[in-house]
Amino acid sequence: MGLIDPDLIRIEGLSVAFGGVPALLGIDLSVATGETLGLVGESGCGKSVTWLAALGLLPGSAAVSGSVRLDGQELVGAPVSVLERMRGGRVAMIFQDPASALNPVHRIGRQVGEAVSLHRGLSGAAARAETRRLLDEVGIPDAGGRMAAYPHEMSGGQNQRVMIAMALAGRPELLVADEPTTALDVTIQAQILDLLRRLRREHGMALVLISHDLGVVGEMCERVCVMYAGRIVEEARTEALFEAPLHPYTRGLAGALPPISGPRRRLTAIPGRVPEPWAMPPGCAFAPRCPERIEACDAAVPALRGNALRGDAPQGDARRVACIRAAA
Amino acid sequence: MIRFVAIRVARACLTILLVVTFAFVVLRLSGDPALLIMSPDAPAEAIAAFRHAYGLDRPIWQQYLHYFGAIMHGDLGQSMRDGRPALSLVAERIPATLVLTVTALVLKVGIGIPAGIFAALHRRGWIDRAVMALATAGFTVPSFVLGLVLVLVFSVQLRWLPSGGQESWRSVILPVITLGAGGAAILARFTRSAMLEVLGQPYIRAASAKGLPWGAVVRRHALPNAAIPTVTIVGFMVGSLIAGAVVVESVFSWPGVGRLLVIAVSNRDLAVVQTILLLVASTMVMSNLVVDLLYGVLDPRLRAVHK
Repeated sequence: MGLIDPDLIRIEGLSVAFGGVPALLGIDLSVATGETLGLVGESGCGKSVTWLAALGLLPGSAAVSGSVRLDGQELVGAPVSVLERMRGGRVAMIFQDPASALNPVHRIGRQVGEAVSLHRGLSGAAARAETRRLLDEVGIPDAGGRMAAYPHEMSGGQNQRVMIAMALAGRPELLVADEPTTALDVTIQAQILDLLRRLRREHGMALVLISHDLGVVGEMCERVCVMYAGRIVEEARTEALFEAPLHPYTRGLAGALPPISGPRRRLTAIPGRVPEPWAMPPGCAFAPRCPERIEACDAAVPALRGNALRGDAPQGDARRVACIRAAA
Repeated sequence: MIRFVAIRVARACLTILLVVTFAFVVLRLSGDPALLIMSPDAPAEAIAAFRHAYGLDRPIWQQYLHYFGAIMHGDLGQSMRDGRPALSLVAERIPATLVLTVTALVLKVGIGIPAGIFAALHRRGWIDRAVMALATAGFTVPSFVLGLVLVLVFSVQLRWLPSGGQESWRSVILPVITLGAGGAAILARFTRSAMLEVLGQPYIRAASAKGLPWGAVVRRHALPNAAIPTVTIVGFMVGSLIAGAVVVESVFSWPGVGRLLVIAVSNRDLAVVQTILLLVASTMVMSNLVVDLLYGVLDPRLRAVHK
């Protein structure tokens, strides 16, 4: 390991099990300062669980093992006080359904203000002014007036903007956006993604975008990790991934995406569904759905091979893939 | 908002009217007070005179109209046993009943709600199991059984506390425990499930994600939301303050409204029974009205509906 670690957060061998049933099976992942990383995969593949586990937000019944280091500080098993300072302060998270992620009985000004006083030590008029500025920054019209509104009086897009304002309150170095646009109308989706892009640029914060939509991730992120059934199956720079997806699952996801340029083609779907955690196939978890399956696929879980993408690796060819048929 | 309140008040009045009417009709159809109070062996002229004095010889609809007109003037009739105004007969019993029911309500709320919250926060732990086992016992044991067991243990065996009457503050303890145990158990269970429901909501995780300490998440985000369903149950308990102690007052020979009701019903003392029922219906309806208004205070989403 070099003397200077370019990684803001480094996840190693992170595993999660709920009541003995594994949900996450050893994730290795790192996010560099200011980087945008996309996490793609069908629902239930462990994208959200990875980050909920990293932030210590899973219920006590979840068994978490492995390591998550933020600037070298271990978070797995860290004291609650360390986690609370980190949450919202250094790493903020926004969620899929903004309407239910905001407390229905409190005014939005109060909810954003809570984060402001928590992380900035402001109170009274100063806290209100900062709350208003944050709401203004995320593009809420008439921010001062809307502070008195309740979440049910706002649209989904507006609520997501409020969530983002709340996340910005602690001036985080990393924002984890868990399906931030899934619950929103398509036109609003684009606005929220634009907002995230702008804020990331202005604040220089790293962004992890969790999405089941490879298109959204491709548009927003420099690097992409594709997850399947609790494991990372492919990791690459975005251009490289789109140019030549190595894992059949990635190709499947790309095939389900309408092409931006070139001739129209029929969209293809991946047959079958993600295996349940308690009924995992013996070898590669994707093998039962894979068009390129060979006998050896069922023998063992393929390792994630390749040179991990770090600052020292030449750009473009650095990638990892977990498929015995792919030459990484 | 005014419209909302007006509709609720009108509905409350209608409910009271229905209760009063129902009580009036059923009481008159189910037995002749003259025979009960005068004894069946009394001379026919005496019984006829009694019936005439209380208007019982007239058709039921005339009696009803007369009764209704009197209520509108604040006259609830006289007790057929001692001729005193029914209202003052009932009113002088109210303080004794409230001593029991209000103290028991404090016990229910003070023990049931914290126990429920505590159990929810320690879900599936031994605390949760212990609280829920106690709560199940608390509301499955009927109050008269619990009362008799308490008397057996604390009055008969240990001789610590009186088994009845109203001599000192020590007489209050057993009836209040008997009265409060079931309610505390119900509140504990209800609060627990309301809390568990709220704790599973995405905004709880979101509040944690912004770095709030768990205690603040529970206090500021979980409790205000869990309060909404809990208030309904507490409202019912407030509504039954007047008549909620019928059984317990009988077990502990406590001179309250509940015992008066039992005596008045067995004597067919119509005016007294009707007065108590009117009072019970009014408190229940009123506390429901307060609960409805409280919903609007607690839940801004309902406020919008009311406008």
